Formats: sequence, structure tokens, C-alpha cells
Amino acid sequence: MFSLRLTRSQTRDLLKGLAFISPWLVGFAGFVLYPIAASAYYSLTRYDVLRPARFIGLENYVELFVKDEIFHTVLGNTVYLVLIGVPAGLVVAFLLASLLNREMKLRPFFRTIFFLPVLVPAVASAEVWRWVYNTSYGVINSVIKSWGMAVIPFISSVELAKPSLILIHVWAQGAAIVIFLAALQDVPRSLMDAAEVDGANALQRFWHVTIPICTPAILFVMLTGMIGMFQYFTLGWLLTGGGPNESTEFFSLYLYRNAFQFFKMGYASAQAWILFVLILLFTLLIFRSSARWVYYAGESD
Amino acid sequence: MQRVQAAVPAAATPFTQTTPYKAVQRALFYVLMVVLALVFAGPLLWMFSTSLKTDPQVYTVPPIWIPNPIRLINYPEALSSRPFGTYAYNTMRYALGAVAGALISNTLVAYGFARIRWPGRDVFFIICLATMMIPFQVRMIPLYLTFKNLGWLNTYMPLIVPTFLAVNAYYTFLLRQFFLTIPSELSDAARVDGCTELGILVRIILPLAKPALAVIGLLQFMFAWDNYIGPLIYLNAESLYPIALGLQQFRTMFQEKLMWPYMMAASTATVAPVIILYFFVQRTFVEGISITGLKG
Repeated sequence: MFSLRLTRSQTRDLLKGLAFISPWLVGFAGFVLYPIAASAYYSLTRYDVLRPARFIGLENYVELFVKDEIFHTVLGNTVYLVLIGVPAGLVVAFLLASLLNREMKLRPFFRTIFFLPVLVPAVASAEVWRWVYNTSYGVINSVIKSWGMAVIPFISSVELAKPSLILIHVWAQGAAIVIFLAALQDVPRSLMDAAEVDGANALQRFWHVTIPICTPAILFVMLTGMIGMFQYFTLGWLLTGGGPNESTEFFSLYLYRNAFQFFKMGYASAQAWILFVLILLFTLLIFRSSARWVYYAGESD
Repeated sequence: MQRVQAAVPAAATPFTQTTPYKAVQRALFYVLMVVLALVFAGPLLWMFSTSLKTDPQVYTVPPIWIPNPIRLINYPEALSSRPFGTYAYNTMRYALGAVAGALISNTLVAYGFARIRWPGRDVFFIICLATMMIPFQVRMIPLYLTFKNLGWLNTYMPLIVPTFLAVNAYYTFLLRQFFLTIPSELSDAARVDGCTELGILVRIILPLAKPALAVIGLLQFMFAWDNYIGPLIYLNAESLYPIALGLQQFRTMFQEKLMWPYMMAASTATVAPVIILYFFVQRTFVEGISITGLKG
């Protein structure tokens, strides 16, 4: 595998290294590489599990892009979720982390409160929010009703279903908050003082010092958030079930439906590959752009 | 941040500073924090409050926050209407198995990536990292078919075995970052003394890595407690259901009659163990996150 000749001690190190990573090598081959290859093949077949897979070339992809109108809605819904949900979560997490980073009494208490939602299992979150969003007696609408105003239909309306799900996402930003807090604590005091001496006000310091220093953390949260959001499943599946009118039918929901309810394994595999390519594309885009906005302290300019 | 008016020299000592403007500003800040805290805790408080209500209290407009009388019996009534104990036991079996798997496998793999210099290491590590971009959905169907052929459906094998093979690269990455921060002199000294790599890992690295291991253990535990799609695909016998699937059983049972207090009692019982666990390991967790190199 390696064309360069290894000395005896290098060979020994190679074997040692491979021995230590061997669990991953097995897992990678069996549970990553093989499934990816198999999925690529299935995506070119018609396969209902009962009968063997039959090769049909690119037919699944053609059907998805040309004929399947639900799939077009699904694509739009998913991109909406990623483009609005990820930045919304990121901004809220960063603002909360910045507030928590100030000197204050009861800081551990506030930190815990903002962190708690991320601990709530998605299945429980779905039930809690179903009740919060309830149009008759949910906590928001019963207050609104007592004021004599019209209730907000939240997840039962085509217009509000997606924003309502995004609101839940924004609520559960604990992980990002912890990462941002760690990054904020790394903002050098001296830099802030220097900016202050130069006459920068609090807002300017936040914008020109704090945020640039935190851009590596922002990049990390953005990437992982984007990858996670493309795979959004549980809350959509349980809370809205894709409805009303397919307004919350996201990629993973439709894919799951095709695979495990309609047993169109080939068709679902083609969708999985489209999802994969979309994620790769967005990753590439973010990385490309990051050269322009991510600041690494180690770099000289 | 609190020294907003650089013109006031005394502002250097924030808490002893008492100009009226500053005091108002601080008060407003605390008001904002309290309002935000209420908004973020709101849904969980609402859940807990509902779980203790009698039926008429549920249908009161405007809503009641503190139930009177408190109906504690909602809990035993709700939880005994379905085998909640079985769900909880199943979840623990799955979660503890997965935590053991993630800790053992990722320790070994991260050690191989961080503490031994070997040709080709960086290439393998980049491949390992790249797997983080692969959505589960791409692997889902072939995995399901493989596990089906192996006769592993309706067992916990599909959920636990992969954790023993370090399939989650995020944990490997966190642990490797942490291992890199341990001075190499420590291992070198042990090597000179004839210690094997495994000996170095167990005797030197592991005792130092406790906070990082706690983070990975907690993340994997929370993932297992939370995981819905995995059990949904692999398990279809209710006797094997973890809480994630079990809670839906409650829902199908209670939704006809809109028994919100029961549903919220079951939800509270699902949330509580994770929150209690978090309170026990909170310090280690926050410390661990900030030392695993995620500072950026």
C-alpha cells in the first residue's frame, strides 16, 4: 500500500497504530464503507425486499427529479429548514452565550436553564410542544384567548408549521451555547481593552473583536448544525407527521416513508444519495466561504 | 463588558460602582435574564405543572401554573397503564451497552490516532473525520438489510455492536484532541521503562482523561436515551421498546381522551433521568467540553 520502503521500527509503529485503530477499521469497512457502496447500488435498482433487486439504471433519479412532485416539495421544505433554522439557532445560541459570559450573580443557574432543553429527548420534546402549541388549552393560546385575541394555529397551519418546528430547534441550543461559551472565554482581555482605548463602544467591540475571535467555533457549529438539520427526523415525524399538506415533509421523513412504509428500498436509496450530495455541496460551500470570514489566531496576516 | 462608559474612571471596579445609570443598566440586564430564563424553562415548567393537575385545571383559561390540589397520583396511574418499567429497563440496557462500547472503542482508536506516530496515520484520520459528513440515511437501508440477514432485528445488537467499533467519529475526534494535550514526555518516559502502549494507555493516559471520557459517556448515553429512528427501524416487539418508542405507546393510548396530565407525567418521567444525570456530572461535562479542543 505504501510505496516508500519502511524501516523495521516504522513497520512496528505501523502495526501498532493499525492495531489500536482496528475497531474503527472493522466498523468503517462493515458499517460505513459497505453500506455506502450497497446504497449506491440499490439506488440504481427497483427493490422491495421480497424480490431480488432489479437494475434499472438512473430511473429512480429521473423519477425523483422529473415526476415526483412530493419530492420537490420535500426538497423545498428541507432547504427552508436548513437556511432559516441553522442561522436562527446559531444567532440565538451566540447571543445567549454572550449574555452568560458577562459577570453576574447566579450564572451557573442561568447557564443550566438555557442548557436544559437540549437534554430533553426528542420524543418527550414532541409531546411537550404538542401541548404547548395546543390551539385550545396550550399555554400560549389560552393566554391569547383570555385576552380575547385570535388563537395561533402553530403546527396545524401550513404557513406556521415550519416556523413552529424551527422555534423548538432554537429553544434547544444548549450544545452550541456550551461551545460558544468556551470560545468567548478565550477572547483575550488585552484585545478588548485595546479596542476600548481606541474608542470602540460595546457594540463595536462585540462586532469587531468578539465575533471574529469566535469564528472558528461559529464555523464548527454551523457545519454540524447544517449536517444535522438535513437529517431532521424525529420531531417532524412525531409532532407534525409531515403535515399539514406536506408542509413539514422533510427529506428524512419522506425517505423513511419510502423505505419502511412503501418498501421502495431502491427509490429511498436514491433519495439518500441526493441527501448525501446536498450535504457535501453545502459543506463545500461553507468551507469555501470560510476562508473569507473565519479568523484563526495562529495565522499571520 | 460591564465597563461600557470608558470615560468614567471608577468603572474599573464593576460591582462597587453605583452611578444611577449603571445601576439601571444592571437591573435591566437582570430583568432580561430572568425573562429569558422563564421563556426557556417555560415548556418544561408547563409540562411539569400539567403532570400534577386534575382534569378541570387543564382546561382553564387563562392557564394555571401552580396546580391546586396537586394530583401526584397522575404519575403511578399514567406509568402503570403501559409497561414503563420495562421501557426504562430496556433503555438502560441499550444505553449502558452503547456507553461501554463508545468508551472502549474510542479510547483505543483515539490513542492510535493521537499518541503513536505511524506512516499513513493522518490519511486514516482524515477519512475517519470525513465519515461525520455521511448522513445516517445513506447507510440506513443497507444496514437494516444486513442486520435482517444476520437475524439481529428485534435485538439490541444493531444498536450496540456499532458503538464497539467506534463508528461515531465525533467521539473519536473529541478524545483524540484531548489525548494530544497530554505531554508526550509522560509516554516517552514510560516507554523507556519498557511499558507497552496498552500499558501507557491504561496507566498514564486514562487516569488523566477522565473529564473527556465523562463527556463522551454522557453524550453517548443521551444519544441512546434520545435515539428514536434506530429503535424504530430495528425493534418491533413492544417488550423490547426503549422509552423513546414507549412514550408513543402512551400517546396512542391517551390521545383519544386527551389525557394531558397523564401524557405530561409520562413525558416528565422520560426527561427526568437525563436531567438528574446531568446535574451529577455537570461540572465534569462543562470542564470536559472546554478542554477537548472545541474552543476553536
